[in-house]
Amino acid sequence: MNRQERRLSRRVLLRRAGLFGLAASASALLGACAGQQATPTPAPPAASPTPAAAASPTAPPATPAAAASPTATVGPAAGEIVIGILATLEGAFALYGEEAVRGVELAVAEFGGAIAGKKIRLVKESTDATPQVAREKARKLIEQDKVDCIVGPLSGDEGLALRDYAKTIPDKTIVNGTSAAQDTTLRDPAPNFFRFSTDGVQWMAGLGTYCYEVKGYRRVATLGEDYSYPYSQVAGFLLEFCRLGGDCVAQFWVPIGTKDYSSVITAMPSDIDAIYVILGGADAVNFLKAYADFGGKAALIGGSSTIDQNVLETKGALRERVIGIPGAMPVAADNPDPAWKAWVDAYRKQFPQGLSTPSLFCWGYYVNAKGLLLGLQAVNGDLSDGQKELQAALAKVEFDGPTGHIKLDKNRQAIANNFVVEVAEGPDGNLYNKLVRVVEGVNQTLGLPEDKYLALGSFTRDNPTCEKIKQTFGS
Amino acid sequence: MSWPQFVTVTLNGLTLAALYFIVAIGFTLIFGVLRVVNLAHGSLYLFGGYLGWSVADRTGSWVLGAVAALFVTALAGLLLQLGLLRRIHGQELREALVTIGVSIVAADLMLARWGGFTYDFSPPEVITGGLRIPLLDIGYPRYRLFVLAFAIALGLILWFVLARTRLGITVRAAIDDRDMVAAVGIDVQRLFALMFAVGAGLAGLAGVIGGSVLSISSGEDARYLLASLIVVIVGGMGSLPGTAVAAVLVALVEQYSLALFPTYAAIVSFLLMVVVLALRPQGLFGRPA
Repeated sequence: MNRQERRLSRRVLLRRAGLFGLAASASALLGACAGQQATPTPAPPAASPTPAAAASPTAPPATPAAAASPTATVGPAAGEIVIGILATLEGAFALYGEEAVRGVELAVAEFGGAIAGKKIRLVKESTDATPQVAREKARKLIEQDKVDCIVGPLSGDEGLALRDYAKTIPDKTIVNGTSAAQDTTLRDPAPNFFRFSTDGVQWMAGLGTYCYEVKGYRRVATLGEDYSYPYSQVAGFLLEFCRLGGDCVAQFWVPIGTKDYSSVITAMPSDIDAIYVILGGADAVNFLKAYADFGGKAALIGGSSTIDQNVLETKGALRERVIGIPGAMPVAADNPDPAWKAWVDAYRKQFPQGLSTPSLFCWGYYVNAKGLLLGLQAVNGDLSDGQKELQAALAKVEFDGPTGHIKLDKNRQAIANNFVVEVAEGPDGNLYNKLVRVVEGVNQTLGLPEDKYLALGSFTRDNPTCEKIKQTFGS
Repeated sequence: MSWPQFVTVTLNGLTLAALYFIVAIGFTLIFGVLRVVNLAHGSLYLFGGYLGWSVADRTGSWVLGAVAALFVTALAGLLLQLGLLRRIHGQELREALVTIGVSIVAADLMLARWGGFTYDFSPPEVITGGLRIPLLDIGYPRYRLFVLAFAIALGLILWFVLARTRLGITVRAAIDDRDMVAAVGIDVQRLFALMFAVGAGLAGLAGVIGGSVLSISSGEDARYLLASLIVVIVGGMGSLPGTAVAAVLVALVEQYSLALFPTYAAIVSFLLMVVVLALRPQGLFGRPA
């Protein structure tokens, strides 16, 4: 080591920090290349894929991106349809991503791995739940992997990014994963972005009413992560709760990945009946733990991801803290519907190492993939003419999924059932979401008049307030 | 902010500082002696947490889990130092790349072994539950106070070892001038290996202690690496009192901002780092280059 560097050197550190940044981006690049895995679909016999089915002479005039892509212009006779899965397979949401991929694989297996004789090939790509990376990875799927359609993304802000990206690739089709920011389809929607899953506002249908009428809560505070999906969730809850006469006295928004909630809990007002909590994954676990440690008195109300199956399967002492928390989501573990039971059986059979009950992430990717496959079936796998026929067919797709009937509205957004649930302990000791109420056919405005609803404006960290909801719709 | 709330938030800050201190002290020791910025430090933290949880789950003893985490991660650190870092000693670029590489590989291996689940510890009942603070009439979790006491004890032990023992004198001499220490006949390589093992072991132990305050899940490695970096940059690389003071500063700033303006809490600790770097680039207790 030379003389100048003998002392503890700031420069050494800074240079190394620079190297770290450099290396981190280099590794991200490497990861981008290595992360792509072609998944053989399980069911079909090895129909030999014809990867370079050269652009057929009848191919339509294509955009530059598509022109460079042989598989993008395959005619009906060509061998395969390539579907890209965009999900978060790393970091704090890794488990959600695993569930997402299972959902797509489940749907593909249901169709025997092929549509109209064309083999379906899946290409997985992982995001880190940020909009920038989601867009970048979607571009990679379209431009390098030459996928025909994308299923994804997983998280709220990513969905908004892909809606905007979808507008730049009109001859490709994106169906959502579980991304649930409402504005993705409500405001300024993209004509080739379809969402067969319901959004964060719809996922709250029934909960505000249940908390007000059955639980008797009148004053609540809310706590959520600071991005588009929790904004939708809080709004969805307040839309019902405030119209009935409830009050929201304080709102807290914390950065994603906040570890230590002790000071937020201390800052909660003491004269409330309940705290509405919408945090995902480890954030939810950390909050629940701190809340119990600090002897929190107010009851808790769970957003859809706060009491999702992924959180309920936390290893360790969490269980006493979550039993009895009410919440709402598009799935309920003990749904008596035979279609749900059959679906859960199929899940357990195909993924013995999976969760005890499929999570809402599995459901979201499943229904979206299924919608896409039904659309593909309707056009016999014909992706010519810039996928126009496929997109027209997708808009008309209606089906009975594991949680009931699903159809799309004029913005290509699902209208579907929603479930009010309560965390309970099953006979096998596993925690699950016990069905309390079914709310049928929930549309994007929760049945409220659309003009008034749109006049509320985009949901943000301070919109809508309880007062505004009461003024707009009358309490 | 009311008086009891102020006290609680301050306690939150101090107990979080204790956790940051336990994580960052290993990082700063390794840098101080070896001049290696160990970017796999977060991975050692996470590995210790997972391993401690598994051992505690099998044996039913949280203490055993913590002890296992300490020794096994120390061993892992030793292997990392002897197997990889020793051959490239002094080559900054390679050291940085190798430790990043290790952390990426380790993150995926741990994801494969422990999955994406969140893991929640159950510490012994003696140190869990609530404690009522007299006069103010507020409850405070006993475990967080235990972490504070533990960090203070650890700091004192380290201070004693560094200030009063032969080993400590050697270490301090090595921090000041390694060439000279080697020249007087001390086996520097052995010292390096030992310090790396100690630093790594502390990271693993922190995984259990910290995992019990919060929880353990994939992605924590990057968070704690970042926390350690901020703490040692503010405090000055390689300085024990610097690490302690910086941990308190960073954690208090974080907790007050979470209580007062939660939305912007994420940027405030970085602002602190920016201010320190602008006014005192070597860190609060670091020595100028």
